[in-house]
Amino acid sequence: MAYALQQLINGVSLGMIYGLIAIGYTMVYGIIGMINFAHGDIFMIGAFLSLIGLLLVTSGGMLDGAAAIVLVLALSMAFTALYGWTVERVAYRPLRGSFRLAPLISAIGMSIVLQNYVQVSQGARVKPIEPVVHGGFTLMQDGTFAVQLSTMQILIVVTTLLVLAVFTWLVTRTPLGRAMRACEQDRRMASLLGIDTDRTISITFVIGAALAAVAGTMYLLRYGVIDFYIGFLVGVKAFTAAVLGGIGNLPGAVLGGLLIGLIETFWSAYFSIQYKDVAAFSILILTLIFMPTGLLGRTEVEKV
Amino acid sequence: MSAPLLEIRDVSTFYGAVEALKGVSLTVAPGEIVTLIGANGAGKSTLLMTICGDPRARAGRVIFDGQDITEQPTHRIVRGGIAQSPEGRRVFPRMSVHENLLMGAQSSGINPAPGLEQVFTLFPRLKEREAQRAGTLSGGEQQMLAIARALMAQPRLLLLDEPSLGLAPLVSRQIFQAIRRLNAETGLTVLLVEQNANQALRLAHRGYVLVTGRITLSGTGRELLARPEVRDAYLGGH
Repeated sequence: MAYALQQLINGVSLGMIYGLIAIGYTMVYGIIGMINFAHGDIFMIGAFLSLIGLLLVTSGGMLDGAAAIVLVLALSMAFTALYGWTVERVAYRPLRGSFRLAPLISAIGMSIVLQNYVQVSQGARVKPIEPVVHGGFTLMQDGTFAVQLSTMQILIVVTTLLVLAVFTWLVTRTPLGRAMRACEQDRRMASLLGIDTDRTISITFVIGAALAAVAGTMYLLRYGVIDFYIGFLVGVKAFTAAVLGGIGNLPGAVLGGLLIGLIETFWSAYFSIQYKDVAAFSILILTLIFMPTGLLGRTEVEKV
Repeated sequence: MSAPLLEIRDVSTFYGAVEALKGVSLTVAPGEIVTLIGANGAGKSTLLMTICGDPRARAGRVIFDGQDITEQPTHRIVRGGIAQSPEGRRVFPRMSVHENLLMGAQSSGINPAPGLEQVFTLFPRLKEREAQRAGTLSGGEQQMLAIARALMAQPRLLLLDEPSLGLAPLVSRQIFQAIRRLNAETGLTVLLVEQNANQALRLAHRGYVLVTGRITLSGTGRELLARPEVRDAYLGGH
């Protein structure tokens, strides 16, 4: 029981990270109908930028604790957003109106470019950091096993929920969000109403990248070690989360992220940690075969 | 006649290698209702879309209010004061009626409140359906919404593509009355594409007949209604 509770806590905090990244996949899919396979690498860039930011901010003990984390998060979000914008501008926009597969191929190319760029500029070795966020609570003591809820896990969950709340407000309540949804539902009509659709698409990439940067920062702080290759595996899992939740559906992305995080964690805890990725990707395959619209995907028929 | 609000000069538009418009010229003066009639596939909708730069004219010029807008991006053209209720209505199905209307006013940055009041007076049905998702409206309601959304921008030129298509005669009459009222009360300039030539020519000050991408006839609504070739081809011949 205690063991299961601990896994639940671990699974939720991992799932939140997947959920944040999954939003980026699902938003871009919603608005231009492509899978941005470079998005996982944008997450990786976000983690690296956080690492660099953390080293800069904490060097010489200028700042520490909460202030440092907030600053690092902000810096990472800003610069990662710039990467997201640039990727769309150079790799996808020129291909708009081309055949459907073209931006997909371009995305895979972009993913390779980003990985190699970080490998060359930052080195191929793993980058460990000292734990930044310490402490936590013991929720329950069961014999020798203590259920721990670390401050870091709380931070992940709280930050994610906060970011999601702001983001949900943005998409559902603001003119910008309305323009994004309009582009998603009928891009040509949106431009007939005076919406600059290219700009709206750019903003979508910027927001997706900023959310991936939040995920990258949380990943770095939680696991304490990153390398240029983390974007691939985490990215594909977040993609799985987006598909499981119903690609194009925002709450679905978060739900899918949580489920993938929980499935992976519980599988590792009770079956085999070596096969945890197999478990996660089996979900992708099963979803695609039996429920291609995902858990919250659209199935209703609309009048046209 | 005063300087035209819209002038289309020798415009040709292509879909791939197919020439949909073959050197079309027409003008719309401020405060006028001009209608464009023609058979299916004549290029009527293409002409309205070409005015908005989507698709772009391959030859010729589109001049709006003295400015050459042929090469401008669609969203700029529209922000200049042209609103369209397009073929197929194209309401945003997963947005509420209210949000669809706000989308109409969004890019012009004007306060939507007076516009909302105006369109709800024009189409009280939309007021009843305000919170409902547009995808669940009936065809006629969607048509009203598409027109209302276009009006929300307070345009100087309104482009209407087959507003009576698929509507019950009563609803279609309501919509034509609404157009007439807007034109009379606010001086709104309208370019109307219609297959219902009889109703359209009665409403319009002037009309053009488009046949496979070319203007073959033009004149006042009354003149065109009297022409035998118009009667035979577009008014059912009786």
